[in-house]
Amino acid sequence: MAIKTYLQALNDAMRQEMERDENVFIIGEDVGKFGGCFGVTQGLFDQFGERRVRDTPITESAIVGAAAGAAAAGLRPVAELMFVDFIGVAFDQLFNQAAKMHYMFGGKAKVPMVLRMPQGAGVGAAAQHSQSLEAWFMHIPGIKVCIPSTPADAKGLLISAIRDDNPVVFLEHKILYGVEGEVGDEATPIELGKGEIKCEGTDVTIVATSLMVHSALQAAETLAAQGISAEVVDPRCLVPLDKDIILNSVKKTHALVVAHEAVKTAGAGAEIAAMVAEEALDYLDAPIVRVGAPYCPVPFSPPLEKAYIPGADQIVAAVKSLR
Amino acid sequence: MKHPDKKVLLEMFSTMTKIRLFESELQKFFAAGKIPGFVHLYLGEEAVATGACAALKQTDMITSTHRGHGHCLAKGGDLKLMMAEIYGRSTGYCKGKGGSMHIADFNIGILGANGIVGGGGPLAVGAAFSCQYKDTRGVCACFFGDGASNQGTTQESLNMASAWKLPVIFINENNGYGISCPQSKSMAITDIADRAAGYDMPGVVIDGNDVLAVYEAVTMAVERARKGQGPSLIECKTYRWRGHFEGDACVYRSEKELEEWKAKDPIPRFAKKLVETGTATQTELDGITASVAAEIEAAVKFAEDSPFPKPEDLLEDVYA
Repeated sequence: MAIKTYLQALNDAMRQEMERDENVFIIGEDVGKFGGCFGVTQGLFDQFGERRVRDTPITESAIVGAAAGAAAAGLRPVAELMFVDFIGVAFDQLFNQAAKMHYMFGGKAKVPMVLRMPQGAGVGAAAQHSQSLEAWFMHIPGIKVCIPSTPADAKGLLISAIRDDNPVVFLEHKILYGVEGEVGDEATPIELGKGEIKCEGTDVTIVATSLMVHSALQAAETLAAQGISAEVVDPRCLVPLDKDIILNSVKKTHALVVAHEAVKTAGAGAEIAAMVAEEALDYLDAPIVRVGAPYCPVPFSPPLEKAYIPGADQIVAAVKSLR
Repeated sequence: MKHPDKKVLLEMFSTMTKIRLFESELQKFFAAGKIPGFVHLYLGEEAVATGACAALKQTDMITSTHRGHGHCLAKGGDLKLMMAEIYGRSTGYCKGKGGSMHIADFNIGILGANGIVGGGGPLAVGAAFSCQYKDTRGVCACFFGDGASNQGTTQESLNMASAWKLPVIFINENNGYGISCPQSKSMAITDIADRAAGYDMPGVVIDGNDVLAVYEAVTMAVERARKGQGPSLIECKTYRWRGHFEGDACVYRSEKELEEWKAKDPIPRFAKKLVETGTATQTELDGITASVAAEIEAAVKFAEDSPFPKPEDLLEDVYA
C-alpha cells in the first residue's frame, strides 16, 4: 500500500492494464506527451509510445466512435474526453452506436471500451466545463457507469472497467484528482456494481456519489457530534447499481438522504429514491430527502459557484429535516 | 491491375442478381404487410456494393447504412438469416432484435448496418485503426450516402483516417437524394469526391452503375490502404429506384428521371458485357439467376416458418 492521489491511482490502473494486455490503448485529445488535460495519462506516452497512446484531432464524435469501432474489432480502448460536457458533441456514437451494438446485433458484437470523462464544478470553469451528467448515462441501457470517490476505488474500478466487455462510462471528479488515499500496488479489480459503506451508522443512510461522498463523511462527523449516527453508502457504480447495499442500509437506519452534485431535477438521486420507495417504503420512518444542485447552469463567479455546489451543511440540514 | 477472371465476374453477376431478387421480394412482402417497421431498398444501386465487396477479402470489414441489405449480401451475408431478421424472427441474424437497419455478421466483417445517417464513419475509422494497430493489413470499407457526406461525423472520419493513414475505403453512394432533398439543395458542389482534396486523399468519381468501374476503383484503393498509404474516397454516382423508404410517394422527383436511370440498370448492362466479351453465355447467366431465385425462395420459406422471439427474450443481451 502506498499513499497516492486519485489521479495517480487512475494512471496506475491504465499503466498496469496496458502492461498486462497488448490490446489496451489510450485515445483522446492531448493524452500523449501532454499527459491529458488534467494529467491523468502522464508518463504513458513515454512508456508505451505513440502506437498505444494516441493523440487525436479535437473531434469528439470520431474519438468515441473510433473507440467503439476499435473495440468491436477486438481492441480494448480507453478513450478520454477532456470534460464530460463535450459528450454532447459525440453522444450518437456513445448511445446509438456503442451502447446498442450488443443488443441490436443479437448478442454477437462486444464493445469493450472505457470512456473516461472528468466532471463536476469547483474549478471556476463555468457552465460548459463543470456539469455532472451521470443521469444521462444511467438512462441508456447498454452502458455501465462508474463514479468513484476515492483513489483506491478509482483504481480498482478502472481496472474492472477496462476488463469489462461492455462500454463503460467512467466519471472522474476534477476536484478529486488531488485527493490522496491508500492505494494497493497490485492491479486488484473492484467488481462493477458493488458499493461500499464508507462510514457505518444506525440512524440515517446517506447515499452519496463522487465528491459528495466526502461531503457526506464530513456531515456524518458533524452529525455524530450531535448524537446522530449516519451511515454513508457509496454505490461507486450507478449502472449496475448495488441496490442491496442501499436497501440493507435503509432497512437498518429507516431513513434516507441521497446526495449528488448534479442538479436535483431528474438526477441519479431521483432514481435511487424511487427505487427505495418501491422496494423498502415500509422500512422508512420519514420521507426520502434529496440533496442536489439547484436547477441552473453552473455559474462562474466563485461565490455563485460555491452557492451552487451542495456541501456538508446541506446534507446535515437534510438529515435534520427528517426529525 | 489484374483483370478479374471469369469466376469473379460471374460471382459479381450472381451477387447483383441476389440483391435485386431479394429486395424485389421484400418490396412485395412489405406491401403485403408481412414485414414490420421500415424498409429502405437498395434497388438500382446493386453495382456499388457488389463491385466494392468483390474487391475485399472476407477478413476485411465494412460499415453499412440504413440502406444496408445490398452491402450485407455482397459481403457474404447469409440469405436465410437476413430474411428471417427482416421478418423479425428469432432465427434471424440478430434474433429479431435489430431488423432491416441493424444487420451485422462479425464473422465476415459486417460491422453492422446503421440507422443513423453518418453513424458508421467513426466506427470504420476505429475498425481500420485495429487493423493498423495489429498490423493485419486488413481494411475497412465505409459505405455512406450523399446525405451522410454532409454530417460532421463523416468529415471527422475523413480527417482522422487521413491524418493517421488508416486503411479506410470511403465509398460514397451518391444516389442524388438525402431522403427527399436533392443534392443541389444540400451542397454547393457537384462531386462529393472533391472533398477528398481537403483531406489530402485520392478522390475519384465513378459510374456507380458500372460494377467493373466500382471494382477497379475499390481494388486500387484497397491496394493503397494495404500498403499503409491511407484512405481513399470513391464517389459512385447511382440512383435509388424506390423512395427513401417503402411507402414514400416520391413526390420530390419525376417519373422521367426514374425512367432515365432505369435505362441504365446495372444488371442487364453487366450481363450484356459478359455475353459480348464471350465471358459467359446468356444460358449460363439465366442458370445463375434461376439458382439465386431458388435460394431466395428457400430463404423466404425459412423466415416465414421461423418463430418470433419469445417475450421472455426481451432482456437477453443488454450486456455482454
